[in-house]
This record gives sequence, structure tokens and C-alpha cells, in this order.
Amino acid sequence: MEYVSPEGLRLDGRRPMEMRQLRAEIGTVAKANGSAVFEMGNTKVIAAVYGPREVQNRSQQINDQALVRCEYSMANFSTGDRMRKPKGDRRSTEISLVIRQTMEACILTHLMPRSQIDIFVQVLQADGGTRSACINAATLALADAGIPMRDIVTSCSAGYLNSTPLLDLNYIEDSAGGPDVTVGILPKLDKVTLLQMDAKLPVDIFETVMGLAIEGCKAIANYIREVLLENTKQLEYRRGL
Amino acid sequence: MRGLQLPLSQTQRIRLQRALEKLQSLSCKANSDASVTVADTIPVNYEDALLKGHGTTDLNGDLVATVCGVVERINKLVYVRALRARYKPEVGDIVVGRVVEVSQKRWRLEINFSLDAILMLSSMNMPDGIQRRRTALDELNMRGIFEENDVVCAEVRNFQHDGSLQLQARSQKYGKLEKGQLLIVDPYLVKKSKQHFHHLEQFGIDLVLGRNGFIWVGEHVEARDSMVVDQANSSEQSMVPEEKNKTHTPLEMRQNICRIANAVRVLSTLGFSIDADLILETVELSSTVKIDIHDMLGSEFHVLVAEREAERRSLVGKRKR
Repeated sequence: MEYVSPEGLRLDGRRPMEMRQLRAEIGTVAKANGSAVFEMGNTKVIAAVYGPREVQNRSQQINDQALVRCEYSMANFSTGDRMRKPKGDRRSTEISLVIRQTMEACILTHLMPRSQIDIFVQVLQADGGTRSACINAATLALADAGIPMRDIVTSCSAGYLNSTPLLDLNYIEDSAGGPDVTVGILPKLDKVTLLQMDAKLPVDIFETVMGLAIEGCKAIANYIREVLLENTKQLEYRRGL
Repeated sequence: MRGLQLPLSQTQRIRLQRALEKLQSLSCKANSDASVTVADTIPVNYEDALLKGHGTTDLNGDLVATVCGVVERINKLVYVRALRARYKPEVGDIVVGRVVEVSQKRWRLEINFSLDAILMLSSMNMPDGIQRRRTALDELNMRGIFEENDVVCAEVRNFQHDGSLQLQARSQKYGKLEKGQLLIVDPYLVKKSKQHFHHLEQFGIDLVLGRNGFIWVGEHVEARDSMVVDQANSSEQSMVPEEKNKTHTPLEMRQNICRIANAVRVLSTLGFSIDADLILETVELSSTVKIDIHDMLGSEFHVLVAEREAERRSLVGKRKR
């Protein structure tokens, strides 16, 4: 199948190095300590953060740092064919683990000893790149909850189809079976915290694909910072003197 | 971009937007560039000695924020005051909490901190006012003082060396709160002030503004200690307060409680700082426009409060100049 037309356009009309439209909203779950909705094109994810709070299961308590937990789920209505998936299937446990590890790397857990932070992410609309969207939403929610972090984590995916590197794959491109590189970076520290690929690629091509994904991450980081700054300013001026 | 989740009509939306813009123009003259987000570099003068405070970290010699908030500078100290975050206790703060567990000689209270706070039996005033050792009998009767899910008002005493938080209630004004509503708002909205207990005489209502964002609106009680059951005495005496609790709260009182509670809810959804004067003004506004209690949470009243607040702040600003 042809994923990039001779004119250099993808199936949804984007250029190979073009990202989908981003939209973020903070404070969508009233009862949570921090929450956000993050959209990348048709992919839409909601995240809620509770904590730092008292550890629920005392045996899991860590004496010198906070316990970070993460739960990923996909709404039944999120995909094209409505499927009743059992909770805790292999895919969602794996993504929960990935998100937990990525977020744990940036939270300053040693500042909140013997407490627990819960991150809940749910996919409301799935159109490829849910993993990246979840990480971006979780970052926003953590920042909204006022949890100290080394840096914001942003994530973006890139692929390689029809011998062209493509940024931010959607569902059709994702299910083409080509390589799909998901990268998560700390933009300020310039470090990679997440790198996943379930296919084979020659090293030189892999490097260009990964470089493209990192560019995407940086663009998302800029957007997220704008949203956060606007939110902070609004909270401050509304509170008044 | 914390949107209000209210159904607004076209005119209401424009009015609200105008009020919020006015608020923005009033405040942003003072410090427009002081807001930072996570991983923003904070501009500092490295010539001077420098103390890194909360919400900052060192990255390759730069001072970097770790939370979203406002940069504050006090002499050498530079810190970031986080806005939306859970409560950070300070010794001497007055807090309202909910009992989650009664255990050995202590109650555990949920106070919106990262850990549960501990109220020791020994840091409570005994109801009879006698200073003495707490006996095993006192310990057995702890549920007579506070039970699980009771709402309690106390003061932050200190941090233990292991980081846990101790409370104390060594005064008549602290203790169990009954016959009212507990409201939970963001802690940054409650300012530290000299007075956190308010008796609103015209309504006959007690208002406790806990620094942890727990706000109590309840019927006025004269002396709080009468609620605490005398531990040393026998059980027939402990029946007396039980009966007292059953006394009926008149309808008017309950309406007043709801009106004040709804005023607090409106202020907190709009994100305005909450103090007794502002709450009273909002309540007065609601009675002058003759709005029903249940309509106070509707969009029209939110818009009215926002407009009134913008007006009030501009007046305060003019007076200062």
C-alpha cells in the first residue's frame, strides 16, 4: 500500500515531517489533585493525578521516596470496533509500566518520602500514538498537581514507511506493520527516558527516524510549556493579592 | 486554561471574559514575568550569595524551577511558590481534618498533606481541664472523643524527625466540628491571617478557614469543650452530650449554612482567594439579587461574582494609589 503519495503527502494529507494538531486542557477532573486532557489529532487522552498521599498498602511504602503508580486503560468506545477488553490485559499492563517508569524518572520522588502518587490515564479516542499522548497528558497532570519534577517529559513517535521517515504516525500508518519508534525525552536536560521500537531498522535510518521523533518531542514540549505558563498566570491573577 | 465547566449563554460568556480580563489587567502590572513553569530557568544574579528554596534545583549552575508557580525573592532566598498543590504544613497553622483511623493513643487525620497527620491523645486538652497522665481507660474511651469520619479542627504542632506531622488541640476552640458542612478548596486560596475562626453573628454560624483548604461552615456553638465527653466519669454522664446532639437545627439555620457554603463553592470554582470578608460579601450579593440557594451554583451567579470581584479589586487598587 502506498502511504506517501508521489506528491509527498500522507494518507491524512500531512507532509512526512508534519505533526498532527495538538490541543491540551488542564483541570478537567474536579476531584483530582491534577488533571489534563491531551489531544494529538484524533487521539484523545485524559489523565488524572492523585497525591502525594498516604500509602494505601503499607507493605509497599518506601522510606526514602514516593511510590509512583500508574494505571492505563482504554475506553471501550475509543476504537473503531467496540471491543470489551478485559481489564489488565498484557498490552495495558505493559503501557502502564512504561508510563510509570518514564514519569518516575522525572518526578523528584525523594522530596515526598513515604507517600504515594497515583496516575490514571485513559484513552478516549485511539488513533495511533496513544503511548506518546498518554505520557504527554500525564506530564501536564503532574505539573498541574504541583508535584516537583526535574523536567517535563514529552513523547512522540516516528516511523519509516515507503522509504520515508514519517513523524507522528496515525492508526492506519501504525497498523501498516512498519517500524514504529516511540521516544520520550527530557527537553531541558536533553536526555532520553524512553525509546521503544518493535521492528528492525538499519542503524543509519534508525538515527534519522529517532532524530525526527526527538524534533517532534521538542515541538510538543514547547506547546506544553506554553499551556502550563498560561495556566499558572491565570491562576495567579484570579487569586489576586 | 482551567475552563469553567458551566453552561454559559453568549452574553454571560462575554461578561465573564470581560471581568476576567479586567482582573488580569489589574494584577499583571505588578509581576508579569514572575510566573514560571517546570524546568524554566530563574534569572538570578550570581554575584550575590544565593539560597535555593523550595521548588528550585540546580542544573549545570543554573537555577531551575521544579514546579509551576510564582518566583518569590526574600533577601538571599529564592523560591517558587507553587499554586495548585497539596497542603504544605507550617507549625502553628490551623487545619481542619477528617479522622481516618483511631489507633494506639492517637488519631490519624486526613488533612490533604502527603501523609496523614497524627493527633496524639496526650496533645488533647482533657475535658475536665485537669493536667494528668492519660490512663489506659482514657485510651479505651478514645472513640468517645473522636470517631472515624469525624471532622476535627486542630493546630499543627511540629514535624517529627521521621517527617510525620503532629497536631495538637490544646484549647477550647479546637475539637470536633458538628452540624455543618465541610468544603474542600485548593489550599493556595486560603491566606494565612490572624483569625481563622469566624463567628458570623448575623447568621449564628461558625466559619473555620483551615489553612489546608478544608473549610467548615457550621452552626455556632458556645464552648466547644462541652462536646467532648468526660472520660474519667461513668457512662450515664456521657449520655448527656449525646442527647444534646440530637437537638434540632432549625430550617433557617440550615439554609444559612447552605448559602455560605455555596458562596465558598462559587469563589473556589472561580479561583478567587477566600477570606471571611469576601465570603460575607458574596453572601450579601446573593441575598441582594434575591437568588435562591440552589441557583447560586448556576452560571449567572458565577458571572455576577466575577464582575463584582473585578470592580472591588479595581477600587482597592485606586485607593492604594
